[in-house]
Amino acid sequence: MSLTVADVSSATRSALDAIVMAKDLAQLKLVKIEHLGDKSNLSKASQALGKIAPEQKAQFGKVVGAAKAEVTAAFDARLVVLESERDAKVLAEERVDVTLPATKMPKGGLHPLTILTNEISDLFIGLGYRVAEGPELEAEWLNFDALNIPADHPARTMQDTFFIEPLESRLVLRTHTSPVQIRTMLEDQPPIYVICPGRTYRADELDATHTPVFSQVEGLVIDRGITMADLKGTLDYFAQSIFGPDVKTRLRPSFFPFTEPSAEVDFFFNGRWIEWGGCGMVNPKVLEVCGIDTSEFSGFAFGMGLERTLMVRHGITDMHDIVEGDIRFTRSFGVGGR
Amino acid sequence: MKIPLSWIREFADVPEEISLAEIELAFVNVGFEIESIEVQGADLEGPLTVARVESIEELTGNKKPIRFVGLDCGEDSARFVICGATNFAVGDLVVAALPGAVLPGNFAISARETYGRTSNGMICSARELGISDEHSGIIVLPADCAKVGADAIALLEINDVIIDAAVNPDRGYALSIRGLARELAASLGVKFDDPALKVDLSKFDKNKAGIQIEVEDPSALSVVYIRTISEFNPGAPTPLWMSRRIEKSGMRSISLAVDITNYVMLELGQPLHAFDGSKIDTLLTIRRAGQTKKIKTLDNQERNLDPEDLLVADKSTALALAGVMGGSSSEVTQSTSTIALEAARFDPITIAKGSRRHKLSSEASRRLERGVDPSLAEISSGRAIALMIELGGATYVGTSTFGEPEFAPILSFDPNFVARYLGIQVSLSEVEEKLRVVGCEVVRETDTNWEISPPTWRADLLLAPDLVEEVARMIGYERIPSTLPTGKKGAALSAMQYRKRGVANFLADNGFSEVYNYPFVNPNFVAELGFVGDRAKSFRIANPMSEEFPDLRTHLLPGLLLTAVRNQGRGAKDIAIFEIGTVFRNTEKLEIQKVVGTDRVPDVETRRGIYASVPNQPLHVGAVVAGKLGSDSWNGKAEEFTWVESIGFARMIIESTGNLATVISSDFAPWHPGRCAEFQVNGRAVAHAGELHPRVISALGLPERSCAFVVVLGALDFPASVKSPSLVTMPAAIQDISLVVDESIAAATVETALKAGAGDLLESITLFDRYDKLGEGKVSLAFTLVFRAADRTLTAEEVSQYRESAAAAALKECGATVRV
Repeated sequence: MSLTVADVSSATRSALDAIVMAKDLAQLKLVKIEHLGDKSNLSKASQALGKIAPEQKAQFGKVVGAAKAEVTAAFDARLVVLESERDAKVLAEERVDVTLPATKMPKGGLHPLTILTNEISDLFIGLGYRVAEGPELEAEWLNFDALNIPADHPARTMQDTFFIEPLESRLVLRTHTSPVQIRTMLEDQPPIYVICPGRTYRADELDATHTPVFSQVEGLVIDRGITMADLKGTLDYFAQSIFGPDVKTRLRPSFFPFTEPSAEVDFFFNGRWIEWGGCGMVNPKVLEVCGIDTSEFSGFAFGMGLERTLMVRHGITDMHDIVEGDIRFTRSFGVGGR
Repeated sequence: MKIPLSWIREFADVPEEISLAEIELAFVNVGFEIESIEVQGADLEGPLTVARVESIEELTGNKKPIRFVGLDCGEDSARFVICGATNFAVGDLVVAALPGAVLPGNFAISARETYGRTSNGMICSARELGISDEHSGIIVLPADCAKVGADAIALLEINDVIIDAAVNPDRGYALSIRGLARELAASLGVKFDDPALKVDLSKFDKNKAGIQIEVEDPSALSVVYIRTISEFNPGAPTPLWMSRRIEKSGMRSISLAVDITNYVMLELGQPLHAFDGSKIDTLLTIRRAGQTKKIKTLDNQERNLDPEDLLVADKSTALALAGVMGGSSSEVTQSTSTIALEAARFDPITIAKGSRRHKLSSEASRRLERGVDPSLAEISSGRAIALMIELGGATYVGTSTFGEPEFAPILSFDPNFVARYLGIQVSLSEVEEKLRVVGCEVVRETDTNWEISPPTWRADLLLAPDLVEEVARMIGYERIPSTLPTGKKGAALSAMQYRKRGVANFLADNGFSEVYNYPFVNPNFVAELGFVGDRAKSFRIANPMSEEFPDLRTHLLPGLLLTAVRNQGRGAKDIAIFEIGTVFRNTEKLEIQKVVGTDRVPDVETRRGIYASVPNQPLHVGAVVAGKLGSDSWNGKAEEFTWVESIGFARMIIESTGNLATVISSDFAPWHPGRCAEFQVNGRAVAHAGELHPRVISALGLPERSCAFVVVLGALDFPASVKSPSLVTMPAAIQDISLVVDESIAAATVETALKAGAGDLLESITLFDRYDKLGEGKVSLAFTLVFRAADRTLTAEEVSQYRESAAAAALKECGATVRV
């Protein structure tokens, strides 16, 4: 059987038609077998080349080559079109509801007291402070006497302080983190820059605003030439970091046995002054009992309750939520929330 | 302390136009928080009239007594009103609100029909006028104190402002009109007249007549005055101006003699006590109670005395708990005409102790324990007897005294210290002015050395910073600028603080919620959980919040378990909680704290003793999982949390600290005795993990198979930096081996044996299957062994040799046979 130029062009036309008609990749695949496969007319034309006369061979060969090239190009173009149609369809079919919840994955959280403690620690480390810690069950002398709170002071009664049996042990649950300050001053040399976060205890009934077990952060600075202006600047920086850059503070005269002058520090938040904590210049009596030369060094100290800070910052209205360990409370703060 | 502004104005030139907010701020600026400000009379409108009772008709047939009362209000004819009170008689002066008046609470008075009569007004009680809580009867005014028809609002000085100022414990002098008027005047920069300087003492020479005083224990006071008067008229009424001021200050008017002592105390700050001179001997002794056992105080309580209690006594009887409360045996009564008036500057600590011993805080003890101006014993007793003479017709008899007032010593002071300490600009003349304002005398020796004499009422001004505070208060803390000091180089978290933070983040990231439990536990609950031995040795709180939770925790699990139960009670299904906190175990022999003074620095040995009196309080992390870590969801069930995960978490925490632990099986309450792993580092137990004891789970009603783990963070070392392995890039040869062993053999033991037998080229070993259905007490354990050499590709023959040698070791050590 011999094929003519007309046959080739007819095969080409029908191949091109078939390629255009192919609706999907499966049909295109069949088209390829039929029109470009070994048994297709175009392949047969190629095979026939070997048998025709040499003078016709060049001419016919060109015709067949051009036809195959045209059909292959058309096929490739159609393949690209059909593949991208198929891809679009598959992706459309794979569409999901991305709003479905991923509750199977565990959700935990840090207690906000931890988050706040970390935040404050980092803040003061940035200012060159060390984070000092100490025991919660503490020697009376460190918790009271060394802080210029003498034996007959009202704070030392059982109404305010938890004592440990037997009373001769002279152990108390620390009423503030100030004994950490005393330990630091007794064992370190100034300059001293420390903050002391930790758990503290006072014999108050749990209610919406009080808890017998609470957390404090205290700061202590002992250095040459420390002034009350340094105290104020430090508290400004602290308050603005915790409550926002526009927060204002004020100091009001007050009394604490371990500071002189003493002050209460308030901050202005959401349109009102809120009591934050106590502060002052460290009383020379306290410095002296800790072996610090008051002719060379002066210092300031401050202390505030972390629960109260959280309540104000996060709008927590009931202390019970902070102390009861309800996982809904902790989870609402998540892993790093502030 | 409650103070009427009208009384303050008597001594301080407070401007008329000043607002209450400005007054409050003026107090706050010098250190007095204002608890409340009450504007009396603001919600009261007249006419309020002084009226005389002309007639009383008792109306019968009602549930309570009702009177129809005829009043002379200074009008043309009598006015009739209905009244439910009965504490008045014909002729008494009362206060009548006439129709048109509006009483507090928007209570409009009008003529109305009631009990079948027309009531043309109302006779008022003190509470109805909003001037006190007194409502047991209507106000009966002192006879002849005013004319009928007079304006009762003015007469009763109802329009006033009552300020309640909080006084800090170092400012005892401010528990008085004198003190607070001085502070307000100083804060406002206005004139102050000291009432103490107005008292004329010239007529009251110390002539030693009258009741005499002796003091057995001079440490209990510095000075005492006893002044005696006679011929006092016990029937003389307290004038309205005095009783009203007493009431406005939150006390009650009782009788003229008692009112005078209270009035002078409120005004000057010195507590006074009046004894009925006819009921006591002529010699009073101030002494400790010693053998005296009992006293009956004015509040009608029989009190048992402590030998240390300070008494005023005569030969036979304890007459008063000195400085705290008088005794009833010598109480001033309706028939008292001779009075011995005591004014003393008692030792504050003695008074504080006595007051605390008897749980009795009185107006007197509150002032005396904060320290009273020692010069006032003489002045205030003089002021009081002058009033008794003036208002009660008394005659002065004489004065007996003991001791001398003691004042704060003169201070040498460098005034430049103020600016240095506060960090402000302040001139020397301003420093001087402010020191004078608070009452100091200032002698400027040189510009760097002043002699400061603190005022008589400021025994607390002893050191330079005390004076700095006074100047700072008076110039205002708002003038202190804001400067930020920077600390030391090298500030960083400690290794333990990093560890704590890392562990908390790890657990939170993995689905655990952090809690902070109170460290108070119930010993019975702890025992029920199975804690015994050292793990149950607790510290007991002498005064716990609740008798139910008197002990300090020795372990985190009791608190965590109760918190899990609480969460479950609130509807939580899957609970995974953790806590990082200290525990308290009473297992060490602690040193007893010596009594250490604060007059010097404790030496090294003393400090060591103090520290050694405090127990070690190790840091633990504990967790309880009741349910799953995640929650069952639309896309399938969350993975069960079992003993395996519990042990896994404990291991991950330990490894995150850079420690490697070996694990052994443990029987440790409150865990399941067969499902508790103990982790050991260097032979020390550092953690327990696994499933909780079924008995504990069912007792608490927690989900079956609830788990827990606890790691002692404080017991883990801080290893040196990780040494990085050199990574070998030659191909690995993998061999699986499946062994059959007795089920009593721990998988870890088999693994250890395989490792030892496999040789140095073993890179890793992983248990990938465990099959326990073989029967006959056997289990199958299948491991993947990965071998790798640094310098060559291992041949199949070589690795199968290693595998066989590993199997041989497992056979030898554990009796394991290769499963075929």
